Amino acid sequence: MEMIVNFLTSPAVIALVWIVIKIFAVIVPLLIAVAYLTLAERRVIGLMQLRKGPNIVGPFGLFQPFADALKLLSKETILPSGASKTVFVIAPMLTFVLSLVAWAVIPFGEGMVIADVNIGILYLFAISSLGVYGVIMAGWASNSKYPFLGAMRSAAQMISYEVSLGLVIITVIMAAGSLNLTDIVMAQKGMWFCIPLFPMFVIFFISTLAETNRAPFDLPEGESELVAGYFVEYSSMSFALFFLGEYANMILMSGMTATLFLGGWLPPFDWPILYVIPGVVWFVLKITLVLFLFIWIRATTPRYRYDQLMRLGWKVFLPFTLIFVVLTGGILLGFGLLPQ
Amino acid sequence: MTDPTIKPLTMNFGPQHPAAHGVLRLVLEMDGEVIERADPHIGLLHRGTEKLIEHKTYLQALPYFDRLDYVSPMNQEHAFALAIEKMLQIEVPRRGQYIRVLYCEIGRILNHLLNLTTFAIDVGAMTPLLWGFEEREHLMEFYERASGARLHAAYFRPGGVHQDLPDGLLEDISAWAKRFPEYIDDLEGLLTENRIFKQRTVDIGVVTLDEALDLGFSGPCIRASGLPWDLRKSQPYDVYDELDFDIPTGKTGDCYARYLVRVEEMRQSLRIIHQCIENMPSGAVLAEDHKVTPPRRDDMKTSMESLIHHFKLYTEGFHVPAGATYTAVEAPKGEFGVYLVSDGSNKPYRCKIRAPGFYFMASIDQLSRGHMLADSVAILGSLDVVFGEIDR
Repeated sequence: MEMIVNFLTSPAVIALVWIVIKIFAVIVPLLIAVAYLTLAERRVIGLMQLRKGPNIVGPFGLFQPFADALKLLSKETILPSGASKTVFVIAPMLTFVLSLVAWAVIPFGEGMVIADVNIGILYLFAISSLGVYGVIMAGWASNSKYPFLGAMRSAAQMISYEVSLGLVIITVIMAAGSLNLTDIVMAQKGMWFCIPLFPMFVIFFISTLAETNRAPFDLPEGESELVAGYFVEYSSMSFALFFLGEYANMILMSGMTATLFLGGWLPPFDWPILYVIPGVVWFVLKITLVLFLFIWIRATTPRYRYDQLMRLGWKVFLPFTLIFVVLTGGILLGFGLLPQ
Repeated sequence: MTDPTIKPLTMNFGPQHPAAHGVLRLVLEMDGEVIERADPHIGLLHRGTEKLIEHKTYLQALPYFDRLDYVSPMNQEHAFALAIEKMLQIEVPRRGQYIRVLYCEIGRILNHLLNLTTFAIDVGAMTPLLWGFEEREHLMEFYERASGARLHAAYFRPGGVHQDLPDGLLEDISAWAKRFPEYIDDLEGLLTENRIFKQRTVDIGVVTLDEALDLGFSGPCIRASGLPWDLRKSQPYDVYDELDFDIPTGKTGDCYARYLVRVEEMRQSLRIIHQCIENMPSGAVLAEDHKVTPPRRDDMKTSMESLIHHFKLYTEGFHVPAGATYTAVEAPKGEFGVYLVSDGSNKPYRCKIRAPGFYFMASIDQLSRGHMLADSVAILGSLDVVFGEIDR
């Protein structure tokens, strides 16, 4: 008995429990946010399109996400007979898990981070790059033509945009002088990076649209050509996992935009009174703003064609970011502005 | 495709595909994303309309025309009504002609609204569709107030239109027509100068004028290739020769030109609608020849002749003198023609329907060859095909 108590109160176990609690504190609100993002998207797009959107289930349609979840749960999970079963089942899990894992390093406030690692941004970048595997696996394992084309498109797309995304991140790192996300946020005190690095901010935002397969870059799931792209063959919860993963990724990318360019949890001006409001609130507000942009763009733009998307990525963004990396480095070095 | 051992990817585009505009089945042979051959399979919506018409009286056959191109029903009825009138040689009262032209132009806007907005959704912009349906709803209400039906109107009859317009309808149409340009501006604001929209449509699916003539194109599709050919101008029917309107033409013959031509046609249709409302004469809407058109209900109570007319008309129908006619109208999609052969009986001997969409569909291989998969969707959207009339 005493042994068990000793074991349970040992520092290692307490630390472990503490980490689990922290993880839940992030994941649970995140999943709720994902659920309500789907509702928000439908409502906002609905208003932009002169219609109401879901408003029947619960007050203002607030229970709609749960109704959707229940519906999906009660559906049959179909495994196509030609599919590679293991990969087919793993793919949505991978997508979903990766979209959650990345949140470990996102700082919600001063010290409010699960893992304050000193290469946080590299970790984030690596995880978001892995996201493509879920898509490729889904497309390949379905053993069907539309998903296959969708997966091919999405692999090409995600990789092309990651290159310019990486270069944008390099400029941010140069300006902040750290790979740690908390340090990057603190370096933006006084002036957010979206002002001096405005062109990079725009390119980063557009690249995140492409990275998350959102309009106008939603070719992998381009419904008018590929019906639904890589998840044509999915149903029930495996479909829901893709869906959740996609929206969690959207929030993640918005969080990344907020952290790298919009000053993370910092208030818009460096006035003491604004610090009364907790940093988390600022952070959430900024994420909401970026998410609104995501939705707004979806309601207004047509879709790029596959080759046009590639051209934009490789022939426009890549050279431009490359030049800007050199330019930023030169200015920082030449004027002695390099962070110490 | 140089390696003979590699077979091209064959894809079934439709019939259950969100961009197949109904029930098109397009078998695509593709090299990666590039289309090498497109083979349209039609007939999934075949209902044997032409054969059915041979077994119906002329009046019973008329509603079949609503169900051809169900996006602009009255324009089709118009062709059939005109064909019968030509063979019977009856005059339509002025008011009837004006009402028909008014509703033809409403039908044109109905059609272009659906086409332009579904075209937009095919290239990924979904908002125009929902805005457009708001406006279509108003137009369908005008249909309903005149004919009692939102879609399958059966309103145009040989000799005029079925009944007069209710009070206040013209004022409402006029008010709507004054408001509508705002919607067109909004639509253009979202699409016309949108870089992505232009990238997706400019130089895609180019049809030169010669090709368009060879392929049997008509309507906005041939006008986009540069030929100002419009039956409303070249062989005017009803009161079109008294109305002032322009025929917009494009220069390039690509998807974008077809889009622009249709947008401008909506504006021209509005001009016609305004003129129709201003010049709307009073009087009868249906010819007074009671061998063809039903007598007034009041008369039937007192006049034996009217009662007999009514009975004969709704049992046997009217007889059309033996002969044949090809009568075509400028339907929103292009030249919609009816080749009507009569053997002097109360039923058509043969009724061949020329649907403009059929010729567009036949061109899909030529237009999409060498383009990418996403372009085939844009081409299909810009051609404006409706399977009701193609499969008939």
